[in-house]
Amino acid sequence: MSDQVLAEIKNLHTYFYLAEGVVRAVDGVDLTIKAGRTLGIVGESGCGKSITALSLMQLVPSPGKIEEGEITYYQTIHQTESASTSNVIEITKLKPNSREMRAIRGNQISMVFQEPMAAMLPVRTVGAQIMEAIMLHQQVNKVEARERAIDILARAKLPNADRIVDTYPFQLSGGMRQRALSCNPDILIADEPTTALDVTTEAQILDLMRELQREYNMAIMYITHNLGVIAEMAQEVAVMYMGKVVEQTDVASIFRNPLHPYTQALLRSIPQLDDVMARAGQKKRLETIKGMVPDPYSVLPGCSFHPRCPQFMEGVCNEVEPAVIEVEPGHIVRCHLYASRSTKARAN
Amino acid sequence: MSKKTLQKKQLGRKTRRQIPEGQEEEFYRAGQWQLVWWKFRRHKLAQMAMVVLGILYFIAIFAEFASPHDPLRRYKQYLSFPPTAIHIRDAQGRFHTPFIYGMKMGRDPVTFRPTYEENTSIIYPIGLFVRGDPYKLWGLIPSDIHLFGVGGGDEVMPLFLMGTDTIGRDVLSRIFYGARISLSVGLIGIAISFVLGLLLGGISGFFGGVVDEIIQRVIEVITTLPTIPLFMALAAALPREWPQLRIYFATTLILSILGWTGLARTVRGRLLSMREEDFVLAAKLDGESEAAIIARYMIPGFLSYIIVSLTGSLPGMILGETSLSFLGIGLNPPTISWGVMLQDAQDIMNVAHYPWILWPVPVVVLAVLMFNFLGDGLRDAADPYVS
Amino acid sequence: MTKQTNTHSASQIQAQPPLLEVKALKKYFPIQRGFFKRVVGHVKAVDGVDFYVNEGETMGLVGESGCGKTTTGRCILKAIAPSSGEIWFQDPNLGRIDVSTLEHEQLIHVRRNMRMIFQDPYASLNPRMTLLEIVGAPLRAMNLASGKELEDRVAEMLRRVGLRPEYMRRYPHAFSGGQRQRIGLARALAPQPKFLVCDEPVSALDVSVQAQILNLLQELQEEMGLTYLFVAHDLSVVAHISERVAVMYVGKMVEMATTHELFMTPKHPYTEALMSAIPRPDPTPRDKRILLTGEVANPAKPPSGCYFHPRCTYVKDICKTEEPAFDEISPGHFVKCHRAAELNLSGVMNLA
Repeated sequence: MSDQVLAEIKNLHTYFYLAEGVVRAVDGVDLTIKAGRTLGIVGESGCGKSITALSLMQLVPSPGKIEEGEITYYQTIHQTESASTSNVIEITKLKPNSREMRAIRGNQISMVFQEPMAAMLPVRTVGAQIMEAIMLHQQVNKVEARERAIDILARAKLPNADRIVDTYPFQLSGGMRQRALSCNPDILIADEPTTALDVTTEAQILDLMRELQREYNMAIMYITHNLGVIAEMAQEVAVMYMGKVVEQTDVASIFRNPLHPYTQALLRSIPQLDDVMARAGQKKRLETIKGMVPDPYSVLPGCSFHPRCPQFMEGVCNEVEPAVIEVEPGHIVRCHLYASRSTKARAN
Repeated sequence: MSKKTLQKKQLGRKTRRQIPEGQEEEFYRAGQWQLVWWKFRRHKLAQMAMVVLGILYFIAIFAEFASPHDPLRRYKQYLSFPPTAIHIRDAQGRFHTPFIYGMKMGRDPVTFRPTYEENTSIIYPIGLFVRGDPYKLWGLIPSDIHLFGVGGGDEVMPLFLMGTDTIGRDVLSRIFYGARISLSVGLIGIAISFVLGLLLGGISGFFGGVVDEIIQRVIEVITTLPTIPLFMALAAALPREWPQLRIYFATTLILSILGWTGLARTVRGRLLSMREEDFVLAAKLDGESEAAIIARYMIPGFLSYIIVSLTGSLPGMILGETSLSFLGIGLNPPTISWGVMLQDAQDIMNVAHYPWILWPVPVVVLAVLMFNFLGDGLRDAADPYVS
Repeated sequence: MTKQTNTHSASQIQAQPPLLEVKALKKYFPIQRGFFKRVVGHVKAVDGVDFYVNEGETMGLVGESGCGKTTTGRCILKAIAPSSGEIWFQDPNLGRIDVSTLEHEQLIHVRRNMRMIFQDPYASLNPRMTLLEIVGAPLRAMNLASGKELEDRVAEMLRRVGLRPEYMRRYPHAFSGGQRQRIGLARALAPQPKFLVCDEPVSALDVSVQAQILNLLQELQEEMGLTYLFVAHDLSVVAHISERVAVMYVGKMVEMATTHELFMTPKHPYTEALMSAIPRPDPTPRDKRILLTGEVANPAKPPSGCYFHPRCTYVKDICKTEEPAFDEISPGHFVKCHRAAELNLSGVMNLA
């Protein structure tokens, strides 16, 4: 069941209506989340990657609103060890605070944040907070919930789980807090979970997430700006720019054969160790993307990357919005450069 | 990007976006106070409060001119006179500029309380800038022009918009004169609190160590003391024979004794956090002297917080004066303040028969409420760099 | 740019001494308790650090959060007074001086040549000052320029970091993170310094902006003959910009070598683990990965012997009791490990 689809996001638009204008944070995103697979979402700050994830959880902060699109969640109900049925849930149709949504959130779709501290109440012990989550979703008493909490912590490779259960979040280090949050949902949304951590701790957490994924066949939606982490974690990668997925394919193609000029520029703008070592002390300049990400209120005609694009085509890129083109099977890109190379052009 | 940083970014852009197109450069070149003002301007309630307070302070400053009467003059024929009704239409149905009728006084045969009846045959139009009781503005400029009234002369029916008290003095004029004391007690009290708070908070935050520890413990002790009994004890200790002016200053001093602690904490907290700011370290590395760092980098950084803190403690001062004077341990007649005026309301019979002597109460409520609204607006606008 | 590796070992005294030489630097922060602030212990943020920086080079200083790299950077400028140790700086006017002993006027004087840029582009600029005031502050406070001349020099500085001189009347809120980092750089470079401590200058920036700032740092280094101490936790960035790299762990220097040598043939097990943990933008699966167990040691209660021994895979009995020395095992390559000579550790290439 490795390729079982757990959730599908179709044509998602999440807008923020502010007094100063509309921010099109997510502007037509299609994604598929599969069991046992990791979908990486890369992009710079403000590209809409976090809002996409929050939309999936129905946790878009006010004044944001899912304006259009469908999010379908294929819920698996385990009846016995072997038999299970599937239940199709339209997440966009559920009210953010409805009982069904709250049951899904945290139980079957859960999220780990960049600031693990912010996600936990500082005034209650770690155990109490995990127990509360358990008791909310499962019919167990306090003693059982506590045992489960210890079990979860132990599975998350925390030393002395029975002791940690009674500590307060501030007594844990960043890495420990991050671990304490991961349970075993169907879909785990990881929003820059290691950005605040050091490399060695990051390596431990990434390793742990992979292990948990193997064990529970969990789907991971991994959001980061760090291309290195994407290369290690993801099988499928979506590159976002200004609310749109500009390129999406498997991880090897993103790094070996990037097609969109933004993806190419992004890859060239980071220092690569192999390259540095090959130069053996010779200095080199990095390639940069000119300018900066435009104001989020602006709506650019044509392709939103055109003012910064090195392969800008006057009269095309700044006028016509590029369609989603499937250049090779499973490799899609939103760019006019590949208009003739499409195997099948999909209407936008 | 976490939810929090996202919201922060959006709000940060919000401030930027309220500037109309084409005026970005003006926004980019706007200094701290300009940004504070822009942000404050969006707080409609606070702006309204500022206008109302402006009017109140205008009245307090020009009380002699704004009041229709001399607040000490007793109209013996109009004791406990109810608020005069203002008409624009006479008995014959003709329209006029606002006017009042003459009054006939009688006595209730049972209770012997005065009763008043309108004499619809005589009308007295209300005018602006009319001549009335002579006064000296701020005790210096002699005049008899009043903002409004029905004009001078003993034969004229005087205008009592809020009625008169038991000895025939105009309540409205007394409220106007009372504003002068009641609204300034707060300001002077705040000024003293400001100096104490800034000094002690500054010492505490700047030097730290044992000095800080001692000041913090003193603040804790002061804030645990129950306010009203302490006020009462201190006020009762003031010698009765002191002149009213000295009592007035002593009262403000008592009020500020408690007022400074909050401010001192604010100042200390800001100083401590500011010392850790990167830009303060950068200034040190730039070769700026300690004095320059405090004056150019740190004080501008928390001045707005101090203003907020001060605005926040003004209502307490106003209420403090009113309570103390009402209890008879603050100011006393012949000084006029809102609290002194309310001393008349201690007699329940007075309140029952002449409810208009309670007019100072809504005025105090209005002033306190307006200061709270203003404080809210200022707090939101105080730091335009974080949202 | 190839540089003659010079060291401070007695055998290789060169004509040109290093621009900066730090010896046995320590910074302990007292842990205070109770009313009278009794000292109950110390956080050993920097605990005996030795290194040197040659003129014109970029020296990378890496380590995980809390390892003392930022404190080290700040001690060098005496932004924080070090608890002990020597900081020898080759000042163009004052000659070779120990910064840790300087006070007042002399300190201001030496800080004209030693400057610093900060990590947070928002917190490091006073929001209540215009660019002219911010960038002009060191010139004014150090009595280097005033009036029209100051304005001209600020304009020139802004131009150098890629900002338009007309911006000098603007306040920092008009600028994005990357532009603010340029402003911070202009302020640091305004007095024409020799040496710049860069404290995580790009870690708060987006990928594409990060590249712009790194390039700018390199351009300015060549134009103005600057020397950098580049403090960062991102190893790829440090490898890209530095000629030499030093690694810190819990307040101590564990390894120092040229970038190439350190990344290709690390000699300290901690360096090896760091190299192994770097997430690489390359989807080829790596066959070997060293995962450290446990947490970074507490600098208030460090372990005995070598601070790294509880997490080290190559630990031996001696590591638990005796602290290893920071020895030069080959010219210019310093390691603090008992087993440095015998271990054959993997560098970044072996891991790929």
